[in-house]
Amino acid sequence: MNALSALSLAATETHVPVVAPTDASGPFQLLWLIIALPLLGAAVLLLGGRRTDKWGHLLGTATSAASFVLSLVLFVNLLGRDEGERQISQHLYDWIQAGRLDVGLDLLYDPLSALFLLLITGVGSLIHVYSIGYMAHDPRRRRFFAYLNLFVAAMLMLILSENYVGLFLGWEGVGLASYLLIGFWQHKPSAAAAAKKAFVINRVGDMGLGLAIFLMFVTFGTTSFTGISELSGGATTTTLNWVGVLLLIGACGKSAQVPLQAWLLDAMEGPTPVSALIHAATMVTAGVYLVTRSNFIFELAPTAQTVVVIVATVTLLWGAIIGCAKDDIKKGLAGSTMSQIGYMMLGAGLGVAGYAFAIFHLLTHGFFKANMFLGAGSVMHAMDDDVDMRHYGALQKALPITFATFALGFLAIIGIPPFAGFWSKDKIIEVALTENPIVGICALLGAGITGFYMTRMMLMTFFTKKRWEKGVHPHESPLVMTIPLMVLAALSALGGLMLAGNWIVDWLSPVVGHAEHAEPPLPVIVLTVITIAVVLAGVGLAWFLVGQRDVPRTAPADVSFATRAARADLYGDAINDGLVVNPGKAGVRSLVAGDRTLVDGLFTGGATVLAGTGELLRRLQNGYVRSYALGILGGAVVLVLTLVAVNL
Amino acid sequence: MEFVKPELEYAELLPLLIVLGGACVGVAIEAFVPRGLRRLPQIVLSALVVVGALVATILVGTHLDEHTGAAGATGRGLVGAMGSIVVDGPTIYLWALILVFALGGVALFAEQRLEGGVSAFTGQAAALPGTEGEREASTRGLDHTEVYPLLLFAVGGMLMFPASGDLLTMFVALEILSLPLYLLCGLARRRRLLSQEAAMKYFLLGAFASGFFLYGAALVYGYAGSVTFAGINEAVRAGADNHVLLLAGIGLLAVGLLFKVGAAPFQAWTPDVYQGAPTAVTAFMAAGTKVAAFGALLRLMYVAFGGERWSWQPMLWVIAIASMVLGAVLAIVQSDVKRMLAYSSVAHTGFLLVGVLGVQSAGELADGQYTSLEGVLFYLTTYGFAMIGAFAIVTLVRDAGGEATAYDRWAGLGRTSPLVAGAFAFFLLSMAGIPLTAGFIGKWAVFTSAMSAGAWPVVLVAIGCSIVAITFYVRHIRLMFFTDPHPDGAGTVTRSSLLTSGTIVVCLVATLALGILPGPVLDLVTSAGDFIR
Repeated sequence: MNALSALSLAATETHVPVVAPTDASGPFQLLWLIIALPLLGAAVLLLGGRRTDKWGHLLGTATSAASFVLSLVLFVNLLGRDEGERQISQHLYDWIQAGRLDVGLDLLYDPLSALFLLLITGVGSLIHVYSIGYMAHDPRRRRFFAYLNLFVAAMLMLILSENYVGLFLGWEGVGLASYLLIGFWQHKPSAAAAAKKAFVINRVGDMGLGLAIFLMFVTFGTTSFTGISELSGGATTTTLNWVGVLLLIGACGKSAQVPLQAWLLDAMEGPTPVSALIHAATMVTAGVYLVTRSNFIFELAPTAQTVVVIVATVTLLWGAIIGCAKDDIKKGLAGSTMSQIGYMMLGAGLGVAGYAFAIFHLLTHGFFKANMFLGAGSVMHAMDDDVDMRHYGALQKALPITFATFALGFLAIIGIPPFAGFWSKDKIIEVALTENPIVGICALLGAGITGFYMTRMMLMTFFTKKRWEKGVHPHESPLVMTIPLMVLAALSALGGLMLAGNWIVDWLSPVVGHAEHAEPPLPVIVLTVITIAVVLAGVGLAWFLVGQRDVPRTAPADVSFATRAARADLYGDAINDGLVVNPGKAGVRSLVAGDRTLVDGLFTGGATVLAGTGELLRRLQNGYVRSYALGILGGAVVLVLTLVAVNL
Repeated sequence: MEFVKPELEYAELLPLLIVLGGACVGVAIEAFVPRGLRRLPQIVLSALVVVGALVATILVGTHLDEHTGAAGATGRGLVGAMGSIVVDGPTIYLWALILVFALGGVALFAEQRLEGGVSAFTGQAAALPGTEGEREASTRGLDHTEVYPLLLFAVGGMLMFPASGDLLTMFVALEILSLPLYLLCGLARRRRLLSQEAAMKYFLLGAFASGFFLYGAALVYGYAGSVTFAGINEAVRAGADNHVLLLAGIGLLAVGLLFKVGAAPFQAWTPDVYQGAPTAVTAFMAAGTKVAAFGALLRLMYVAFGGERWSWQPMLWVIAIASMVLGAVLAIVQSDVKRMLAYSSVAHTGFLLVGVLGVQSAGELADGQYTSLEGVLFYLTTYGFAMIGAFAIVTLVRDAGGEATAYDRWAGLGRTSPLVAGAFAFFLLSMAGIPLTAGFIGKWAVFTSAMSAGAWPVVLVAIGCSIVAITFYVRHIRLMFFTDPHPDGAGTVTRSSLLTSGTIVVCLVATLALGILPGPVLDLVTSAGDFIR
């Protein structure tokens, strides 16, 4: 009741729902177990060492699956509750108490986190299963599963925390797990470098998030969602804009949005299940979660919201363009991920009308992108770990299951009805067009480009002529890998059902608020037709340019400027180098030079002088007792004479 | 001339009497017990005597009466033995400290396992090195058990030294503590020539320095007409004629005492003697002598010459700076562990002298600050435990030729014996004054006390020297843990009996406890109060 009244009160004042959870009771008291299980798995596998080699992967999968079952049970329970009582908190213990700062380790379970839990544990468990096959021959498989479990636990902490400090703990945890897993094959220098790059760029984002948390604490005196959502109406718009922009910087780092996007393509050095789970389905969407969760900030910070929309629009085109030129199947998918997260971010930036669709697209994307990444992994498995699509071609016969599942993912991502991506992306484009025609047209254009690059990938991999390397004999992957593919393919096909009867919008409205219905500039059905037409144009172009010609086995060099730019990730690294890395290096060089000459000079010079003095003095210590006695006599004479002279 | 029958306060002087009496009993044992059977009775006797004296000290300390001195200063204590022995708070604290260190000395002396069943002392001191007699003594497994009575006599002298109430007693105490030590230094079982040379040097230079002391005493008597500290103090405050006599006297007396504490420029003997003496003796001597001599120096300077503070303080400024700089700089260029520790002890003398320069009366201090006396007493405590512990570890690290004191033998010790090397590193860190060790608190106490007395130039030099000192301590730690063992064979840690390892553990625990929880000992030092006059 209490929660209900607070909710309606806040809605009349600010139109942003207040987070007002009730204490956990009944099955919800098991909430903490969802995090604890994978964490326990990680601990056992990491501390247990080689003893757990034999069954480590099974334990890892089991803990993740148990978390999924628990999430499902809680979800069903939540469904059974009234709309006003769907926010539940659990206080575990007082974490930090210092002065005004009072941070509890509190969990918050509401419709938003419920959906995330299902996605993370569900897709996570499928990917665990897939990894059993994919990593079967890796001597460090047990460690891989430990890191995966660690990731799942951290991601769940991020999603379930009731305050920003706990969220930050999870945020850093997934960053660590991501670092460990990108660099999992550490014997490859490229993997180690990629891990480092991801880590460093993420630090920039984390700094933004950290500053946002400090600013919120200074402004509101608390870091809990409950407290801030109640108080945010009282803060000035400038403050809220700053908080919003800082939160966005955090989101950009984790979700690979421009300008902090450069790490995601390199992150594909990690094992493919990692790319599927962390760098497609879950972790990289944490930024979208952060913006959605912080709706009580962004709704009151119009400038910050505008910045979110701009960043999202740039990124969705940026990623799509990169995706067009990549020959590496995983990097192509990574560009696509970047672009799709841009869509989600766009939805979240559009405010109350878009939050639900952002989350909806996030879920469907989680299904179809994980599906395609795992499919790519299956292809690589068949092609002796070759990732170059120019060496693929005509694989649909050799890999029938992979082909079929990948094709479902393909149809979903480009947005062909009735597959999942159509429902979610179409809605975002519709809302964008309603709010701002330019952004809407960009989003529409992005959909067309998506159609192009995905078709190109599809054609180069499964159709056209064989361009295989010598000695490669493609074979379908074992069932342990294809069953997750099938499940995800089914979800990619059917995910759109969540929109049936406007369910997901109603489900999320207690968290993100209820949007007034706005009329799009054109009738909805016309917009949908236009969108499908644009997508089909992209598909047709790809079919015409790629499908009807021979694909060269090596990438041609005499290409247009646009292609070259896209191949170079639109010069993302060059921009970083020019703006940050090189000036930084120059600064460090001058500091080092200063340190060498000035500081070291002082110290080594000092040490040399000391040692020299020591050597000189050591000669006085010649071992002759007569010299020692002379020394004592001399000392005594000088002492007495000075004493007398000074005091007379 | 009229003779007065001396009145002795037997109860208050009990610790002193127990130790000296025990030493005499020890001599009797040497005379009447057959050679082979003496060892155990001597060890038991020495241990009992030291423990008994310690108990007596504590009892005396808890029963001290109020005393009002001639100058009107009050404090707990008593001027006994016709004015020649002063038992007051600082005396009690120093006695207890010396006796604790003496117990460690007894334990280290008694260690036999390291040399394979014989002690670290020569079997037949009179046999010339390299002769048939020496070989015979060593094959028969002979042992000099005289070291125990010698140790007790030295302890007796050390107890008397800081408790002296007049210049003559102080001189006698100086000789009582020195003569047994000269002998002990020359009794090493291995490297006997080095040991005998050390003993000879120590004796000659010690005698030389005693001469200075005696001459100074004569000059001061000429000035004040009295040898008691109270009498001298009275004369100084009254401003008697012939100031030059007093100044020269102070200077010469100081030379004698500064020689004993090993301050520059009178430090030349320390490295040679510390290196040559049997390590057990070095450990005992480094801790015990320093405590006793600093106690004596403080009493002489504060009680007798307190009124002349402005004359002798600049002298001590210079001596303190010279000792710190010389000790720290020379320790850097050493390549032998014992010599390095010797020079570090010279530097510590400098740091302690910084404390002597501090504020003397508690009235001039803010809450939480310590007077120079308190600072020095605490520093002596921390220093003594670290030194005994460090030298005890030196006895453990051996190669075929006995103790391996050269640096290159210590390389890589941290890999073969991490516990022992870790303990040694901890003692070094404490000497360097790293926070969380006792040494840090000690340095903090003496430096702040000197700072509030306005001796900031000395404190600045002291801090600089502490930093320089850290380099050689840390270099040795690096040598033990991060350098590959010497290809010609590294020293290995020999298993010792409980006597040595127990001593090390006690020193380790004390050093750690004084660093983390210095409170109780600082309270004890504070409650010891001031010297009575």
